[in-house]
Amino acid sequence: MTALVRRWAPYLGVALIVCYCLAPFYWMVVSSFRRTSDIFDKSPLPSPWSLENYQAVFGGNNAFGQSLVNSLVVAGTTTVLTVLLGTLAGFALARLTFRFKNLVLSLVIATSMFPGISLIVPLLKLFTDIGWVNTYHSMIVPNMSFALPLAVWNLTTFFRQLPFELEEAARVDGCTPWQAFRKVILPIAVPGVFTTAIIVFVTSWNEFIIALSMVNQPETQTATVRISQFGGVSGFDSPFGTQMAAGVVVTVPLVIAVLLFQRRIVAGLTSGGLK
Amino acid sequence: MNTTARAGRTAALLLSPTFLVLALVVGYPLLAALRESLHRSGDELDESGFIVSGDRFVGLDNYADAVGAARFWTAFANTTVFTLVTVAIEVVLGTAMAVVMHRAMRGRGLVRASILVPWAIPTAVSGLLWRWIFQADGVANTLLGTDLLWTSDGWPAKIAVIVADSWKTAPFVGLLVLAGLQLIPNDVYEAARLDGASAWQQFRRVTLPLVKPALLVAVLFRLLDALRMFDLPFVLVGPQKGAVETLSMLAWNEANQVRYGPAAAYSVILFLYVVVIAFVFVKLLGADLLGERRARRRSEVSA
Repeated sequence: MTALVRRWAPYLGVALIVCYCLAPFYWMVVSSFRRTSDIFDKSPLPSPWSLENYQAVFGGNNAFGQSLVNSLVVAGTTTVLTVLLGTLAGFALARLTFRFKNLVLSLVIATSMFPGISLIVPLLKLFTDIGWVNTYHSMIVPNMSFALPLAVWNLTTFFRQLPFELEEAARVDGCTPWQAFRKVILPIAVPGVFTTAIIVFVTSWNEFIIALSMVNQPETQTATVRISQFGGVSGFDSPFGTQMAAGVVVTVPLVIAVLLFQRRIVAGLTSGGLK
Repeated sequence: MNTTARAGRTAALLLSPTFLVLALVVGYPLLAALRESLHRSGDELDESGFIVSGDRFVGLDNYADAVGAARFWTAFANTTVFTLVTVAIEVVLGTAMAVVMHRAMRGRGLVRASILVPWAIPTAVSGLLWRWIFQADGVANTLLGTDLLWTSDGWPAKIAVIVADSWKTAPFVGLLVLAGLQLIPNDVYEAARLDGASAWQQFRRVTLPLVKPALLVAVLFRLLDALRMFDLPFVLVGPQKGAVETLSMLAWNEANQVRYGPAAAYSVILFLYVVVIAFVFVKLLGADLLGERRARRRSEVSA
């Protein structure tokens, strides 16, 4: 008996974890394929399957397609900018010896801990004054407050893992630190930069409070905000089917990325212990 | 010029863009929030009955009003309760998950992929998802055989938020703890077994102390993240609901009503709360934020 338990307990544990993580997501997917008339069914599979909700998401006046484009632009720009700056900073913090290095590192980490709301209140007032409300940059600029520390920290821990003999060899060959970075380190840093880009992109794609505060026109809203404001056809009930379908559309690209790059993402998330 | 000076100059050059951006998007807003919290705007009558408009310096009035308001203390209590309860649940569940994953010989890829799904789902979407599950005639009530209005107000709403948050972040804690577990060399366990330690004793006396540094950092990051909770209660239950309103939501609501002064005061209070918790963790509990000690141990282990 004990032997049997010992043999199967790990499998049971694995099964429990998988169920825990996927069951709610599964329910969202299943519900999204039900017809409006049987949205409250509790059967494990929709019968009959229906694309009604997906038609409702992209049709109608939800401006959902546009919001996906907005999310892509905002998250994409945030990612490119922060990964560029983060690569430079991460290299300096991981590979160069200079005074106040730990202070600099602590400052970068500290900025990532600030509650978003304490930055949003004054920025909202500022952006209202200078007419930035309802623009892409009113979201991209504040996004950098959490994305940049994340990128710097991830890349710093990545650069630290590369062998130090590389620069030594470069120095012996007469390279300056900058040349060593450009010609030796950068080419082999591609996987780390890529991982960081995925993590930063997912985090920016999921951003909510900044996009909610800085933009109030449906045409400029990002997908996460747009979905949360879907109104029902009749105005007072929540259109759950449509919301679930939209939720699936917003999440599926991320889930695919997760499946493809799971090893890298886990390594990136855990190396610094920072979200 | 010697190499150290040159490295220092290169470092300054490489770091300056990052610091410029951080100064603009973090430094400036923080100072502005502090200034804002001491001011009030909008039209008001002064003592002699004249209308004054524009920004006025009001000293600590915004803070005094905040501390005197029941709504503030409700939000403060909600924030604290959510933070303590969700982080406690997440640490227990996350550690359990990590132990299981560490033991699992097969199915690792599957577990890793599924554990990343809650992490990857946007919090706003997970709010909608749980709102659907917790509907009056939704699947939660069916499974539990209850008839509760989870997403309207009161303690069911609190529970709904706690469940949804734990679902989303316990797996993440699990990942961090797993990374800590994988650093523990196997011979430590062998030694414990030779000394006749039971599985539970091994966990209590070997695993927990050795995984503590990783756990401490995970807990700190989760605490700071939970303290600023906004998206989940906002989407799952909605704004201006006493049962789930957090400090972030309260500040956001004030800012949304163009009451920037009180909004800034609330956000500064939340900021100080975060600073105090971070200070306690780093100074008193010795959370190793920079990962130096862990990095050193890793190199010792591999050497």
